[in-house]
Amino acid sequence: MIQLKNINKYYEDGFQALKAINLTFEEGKVNVLIGPSGCGKTTTMKLLNRLTDFTDGQILIDEKNIQEINPIELRRQMGYVIQNIGLFPHMTISENVATVPKLLKWDKQKIKEKVDALLTMVNLDPDIYRNRYPSELSGGQQQRIGVIRALAAEPSTILMDEPFSALDPISREQLQDELTRLQKEINKTIIFVTHDMDEAIKIADQIILMKDGQVVQKGSPQELLTNPANEFVKEFIGEERLGNALPPLSEFIIKDFPRISMEQRTEEAIDLMATNQLVEIPVVDGKGEYKGIVNLYQALNNKKATLAELVDDSIEAITRKVDTNFLMKKFHESKLMIFPVQSEQGKLEGIVEREDLYRFLQQFYERKSGGSVWN
Amino acid sequence: MELITDYIAFWQDKYDSILTYTYEHLVISFVVILLSIIVTVPLAIYMTKMKNEKIKNLIFNIANVFQTIPTVALLAIMIPLLGIGFIPSITALFLYALLPLLRNTYTGIKSIDPSIVEAAKGMGFSTFGRLFKIELPAALPYVMSGIRVTTVYIISWTTLAALIGGGGLGDLVLAGIGYNDKHMIFTGTILAIVIALILDLIFGKFEKKFSKA
Repeated sequence: MIQLKNINKYYEDGFQALKAINLTFEEGKVNVLIGPSGCGKTTTMKLLNRLTDFTDGQILIDEKNIQEINPIELRRQMGYVIQNIGLFPHMTISENVATVPKLLKWDKQKIKEKVDALLTMVNLDPDIYRNRYPSELSGGQQQRIGVIRALAAEPSTILMDEPFSALDPISREQLQDELTRLQKEINKTIIFVTHDMDEAIKIADQIILMKDGQVVQKGSPQELLTNPANEFVKEFIGEERLGNALPPLSEFIIKDFPRISMEQRTEEAIDLMATNQLVEIPVVDGKGEYKGIVNLYQALNNKKATLAELVDDSIEAITRKVDTNFLMKKFHESKLMIFPVQSEQGKLEGIVEREDLYRFLQQFYERKSGGSVWN
Repeated sequence: MELITDYIAFWQDKYDSILTYTYEHLVISFVVILLSIIVTVPLAIYMTKMKNEKIKNLIFNIANVFQTIPTVALLAIMIPLLGIGFIPSITALFLYALLPLLRNTYTGIKSIDPSIVEAAKGMGFSTFGRLFKIELPAALPYVMSGIRVTTVYIISWTTLAALIGGGGLGDLVLAGIGYNDKHMIFTGTILAIVIALILDLIFGKFEKKFSKA
């Protein structure tokens, strides 16, 4: 885990490049630093391998102060991929990939095996590419080498500075997909700098949006799309993308939806459902905790049974943090008309109605296709 | 026909001294080239790291001044300073070789893609490791082309060393002028050209080998 604590950076002319940056990069996650040019995203990344220094604050890597680590050692422990690829033109592909393992004085046989395994991992046949020179490869292939070169010494952290932005759109998409696939195997902590929001949404676990040396908003892509913190974030993400995202689940929760207590009689439940024209009703206990759902038809068929006997407790409630898409899947997989939402303490917060969600979706797509007629 | 038999007779008669002149010529040229590489390449590397533009310009200007002095004049200046013979010839030619080598090496290192340097830095090379394993090898094609061009110049200028008693193929040409012997003039000239061409070819091969990039 990498922590940045209250980092400030001033240049000699007094310009403040970074203002009170507080960030945590979790183990095995893809963290994307994004923002307009000059926002400090690359500077923030370069702090981590000490290619730039900060004025005050503290950076901890696994609880260890970064300033106590020799920069050369530190850089050898971190992968580094840059925008212009920067393969060494006088070295073959395998020599390029083996650079850091050689610096770390790995055993020759081990290096060779590692290089071959990495080439295979990005679908480049080692027998064909091992002894080629960088200039003999296409841009997309070169950056694949750039990426595996950063992976060669098995670093736990990889820094990527706009690695795909100089590539053509097709190679870029391919490499993004490949990175996502690779990440599932290698599970590295990746710090990825980009200015491309689509790229960020596609690959990020955490997006950190910066402006003028400050962090404006950080969160999962979904959080940024559904809950932009201010006008700048909205503008940066763009209407188009915001319009494409579903609203957060919390917007669909009906809090005053009728509910029945476990102690009440079955007839009372039937009456309540009949008056409200419902087929399902959530059941809570004395403390307001969610217990399950009772179905109207089952209740009518077994009027003698108690609610405790009738309740279907196999339906697990979701929390409001769940992605709206996930709930749609849940509805799709079941025949339920309502879905219970509970708070973190287990209390029933409200329910989401299938009908409500579907009505929204219908309007959502109508609006979208209505717009596209003119395009 | 008579021309050719005459010329063959000339070779049979003089081939001993022709070989000596050629040998002298090669020695002078190689010493000059070697010396200038030893001095210039490290200087050029140092200059690429130098922040002070004024000193950098000063060095280039000094090298430039030597280059602008006519070759014959520079050799003549050597006589009051260092006398005649091998040493003054080498000195004059060395001063001449400075600029092309310095410029080429300097531009060579400067023209390395900065992203290569950044990648090397970010991957954890020390300053020295980076210079010897990355920057110099990457600049080698440029440095080689500088050496190649300079070598060809030096071979041709070495002919003038004979003027101040440095020896070499220039002696043959000068003597030829003195005796009005066209065989001597022709042989001296052709040999200088052939040596230059052969070296150019060899260095060209090297250059190609290093510039696979």
